[in-house]
Amino acid sequence: MSRIQAVFDRLKAQQRKALIPFITAGDPDPQLTVPLLHALVGAGADVLELGVPFSDPMADGPTIQRASERALKNGVTLRSVLAMVAEFRQQDATTPVVLMGYGNPIEAMGWEAFAQRAAEAGVDGVLTVDFPPEESHAAFAHLEAHGLDPIFLLAPTTVDARIAEVAKLARGYVYYVSLKGVTGAGHLDLSAIEQKLPQLRKHIALPIGVGFGIRDAETARRVADLADAVVIGSRIVQEIEQSPRERVVDNVKQFVAGVRAALDKK
Amino acid sequence: MYNYPDNGGHFGPYGGIYMAETLMPAVDELRRQYEHFRDDPEFKAEFAYELKHYVGRPSPIYHAKRLSEQFGGAQIYLKREDLNHTGAHKINNAIGQALLARRMGKKRVIAETGAGMHGVATATVAARFGMECVVYMGAEDVQRQAPNVFRMKLLGATVVPVESGSRTLKDACNEAIRDWVTNVETTFYIFGTAAGPHPYPMLVRDFQCVIGNEAKVQMPEMIGRQPDAVIACVGGGSNAIGIFHPYIDVEGVRLIGVEAGGHGIGSGQHAAPLTGNAKVGVLHGNKVYLMQDENGQIVETHSISAGLDYPGVGPEHCLLKDLHRAEYVAINDDEAIAAFDALCRFEGIIPALESSHALAHALKIAPTMGKDKALLVNLSGRGDKDMNTVARIKGITL
Ligand SMILES: Cc1ncc(COP(=O)(O)O)c(C=O)c1O
Repeated sequence: MSRIQAVFDRLKAQQRKALIPFITAGDPDPQLTVPLLHALVGAGADVLELGVPFSDPMADGPTIQRASERALKNGVTLRSVLAMVAEFRQQDATTPVVLMGYGNPIEAMGWEAFAQRAAEAGVDGVLTVDFPPEESHAAFAHLEAHGLDPIFLLAPTTVDARIAEVAKLARGYVYYVSLKGVTGAGHLDLSAIEQKLPQLRKHIALPIGVGFGIRDAETARRVADLADAVVIGSRIVQEIEQSPRERVVDNVKQFVAGVRAALDKK
Repeated sequence: MYNYPDNGGHFGPYGGIYMAETLMPAVDELRRQYEHFRDDPEFKAEFAYELKHYVGRPSPIYHAKRLSEQFGGAQIYLKREDLNHTGAHKINNAIGQALLARRMGKKRVIAETGAGMHGVATATVAARFGMECVVYMGAEDVQRQAPNVFRMKLLGATVVPVESGSRTLKDACNEAIRDWVTNVETTFYIFGTAAGPHPYPMLVRDFQCVIGNEAKVQMPEMIGRQPDAVIACVGGGSNAIGIFHPYIDVEGVRLIGVEAGGHGIGSGQHAAPLTGNAKVGVLHGNKVYLMQDENGQIVETHSISAGLDYPGVGPEHCLLKDLHRAEYVAINDDEAIAAFDALCRFEGIIPALESSHALAHALKIAPTMGKDKALLVNLSGRGDKDMNTVARIKGITL
C-alpha cells in the first residue's frame, strides 16, 4: 500500500482529517528545508507538499512567487529537491511527500528519469499545475510505473465531464482549489465549497483535499468539516518570509501546531 | 495536405493545452465559440467590415525600388502592415478576438504586451467596442516603449507594469494569466501572438492570415507571379504565420522566419529559440522550442526589440521548422539597426525594430540573388514607438 493511502486509511479509522502543509524547497535557504519538513511532521502534518521552484510560476500569487525566486537564487534545482527528499527519508520512513510545481523542470529532466529518481528519493506523489489530464497520459504512465501517485487539481469551474476524466487518472488524493484565483488570494467561500463537494464525490472515491486561501486555524477547521484534508500554503510561506532565520523553524511549527489542534478539537 | 492543428491543438508534437485547471473550461469554451463563429457568415462579414473600414485594409504592397537598387540583386517588396490603424499587424487579431469577446458577453478584456503594439491594438478595440481594458507590460518594456504606454492610457486602458522575473514580455504574460484565473467569468484574454494554449495559436493565425491572403492576390497583380521568398520576423510568430500560412501549399515560395539574434547566437544573449536550437519545453500553455537552462528554468532573453524579446515561439513555427517547410534565421541587434536606417533613408519609411529584423535578412540575401528574383518582406509595424530606443543607441537624448 502507498504511503499516501496508508495515511488516509489511518486517519479515517481515527475519524480525523489530514493536514497538508506546503513549503517551497530551498526557501528561505536549502539548509532549512529538511529541518522544516521534520518540524511540520512534528507539528502534526500528515502529508507534505514540497514546492519545486520555477522561474515562471503562473498559478501563484506574490507570496509563493517570492519564495520561488528566493529558492532559485539559492541555486535550487529539481535534482537538489530530490536530494532534500532523500535526506528527509533517512529519518522519516512514513510521512508522504508530494512534489508540487510546474511541468517544465520535469520535462527537462525527462519524465522517465524523473520518475525513477523521485521514487528512489522517496517521493510519493507529483502534482504539476500546468499539466491537465489532456496532456498527461504519457507522462503520468512513467509516474505510475514507478509507484508515484499523480495528484490532480480540480477547480470551482471544473465541469462534470472533466471531474470524471480526472477521477480515472488521479491517485492518492485529489486537490480541490477552493477559489478562482492564484495561491494566496483571500476570498475563500465556504458555502461554495460545500455546494461543490457533493458534485466531486459523485465521481471521485479518493480523499479530497481543499486548499488555496486557507489562512487561519478556524477556517481550516471549518473546511475540514467538509473535506478529507486541508492544504495550507501561502500562509506558511509567509511565516517563513517574515521570520528571522533562527526563528523560521519554530514559528512554522507553532503555526501548524495551532491548526492541528483546531482540526482535532471535538 | 497540410492541416494543423488536431482537435487537441497539437501541431505535430507541439502546442496543446498546458493550463491550470481553473482555466481549462475557459479555453474549452473559447474553442467551442470560435469553432462556431468562424464559419458564421455574420461574424465573417463583421470581421471583414472592421478590417476594411476601421483598420484600412487591404494594406498595400510596396516595391522598395531605391532600396533594392542600393543593395543590388533581388527586388524587395514590402507588405505594409505598418499602414494599418494603430501601426502594426496586431490590430487584425485584436479586432477578431474583440468580436468574439462581444459574442461571448465579456465586458472586460485583458492583454499582455511587449513592444506595446498589441497593448495599443487591444486598448483601441476596447475603446471601439466599449469594453474595460487592462494591459500587462513588463516594467522594463514600460520604459523602452514609453510612447505606447501613453497611447494606451489615452485610449482609456489601465497599464499595469510587471515587476517580477525579467520584467519583459514573458512576465507580462504570467501576470495576464494570473488575472484571467482570478476573473475568468467576466474576462476575455486577448492573446497577442500565435502561441499559448489551444485555440489561441490557431485562432490568432486565422485572424492574421488576411495578410498572406491579400499578398497572394497582390503579388501576381504586381509582378505576374508569387515571390521567391516571403520573409517575416518571429517573436511569438503571429505576423509570420499570418503571411506564411496561405503560402504553405504554394510550391517554390521559400518561407523565412527571422528571430532576434540579440548580441549574437553564440553570446547566449538572444531571443532565438528556433535558430539557437533550444530544447522543447512547456510554457504559457503550449509545448514549443523554449530557451531554458539545463534544469528547465526559463532563461532571460535579450533583444533590442521588445516585441521579439520572448523565450518561446508559437507551436506552428516549431512544426514548420521540423518539416523544413520554413527556414529560421537570426538577425543581430546591430544588423537590425542598420536595416532600420536604410529603410528610413532610401524609402522614407520608418519601420518597427521588430520588422527591421525581417528587412535586415532580406538585405543580406538580396545581393546573392538575381535582379529577376522577388523577396516579399512583411513590414509588420511602424517605428514611431522605437524613437527612444533608437535615439539612445545613437547616443542622442530626445
Ligand atoms: C511591429 C511588430 N512586429 C512583430 C512583433 C512580434 O510579434 P509576432 O511574432 O507575434 O508577430 C511585434 C510584437 O510586439 C510587433 O509590435
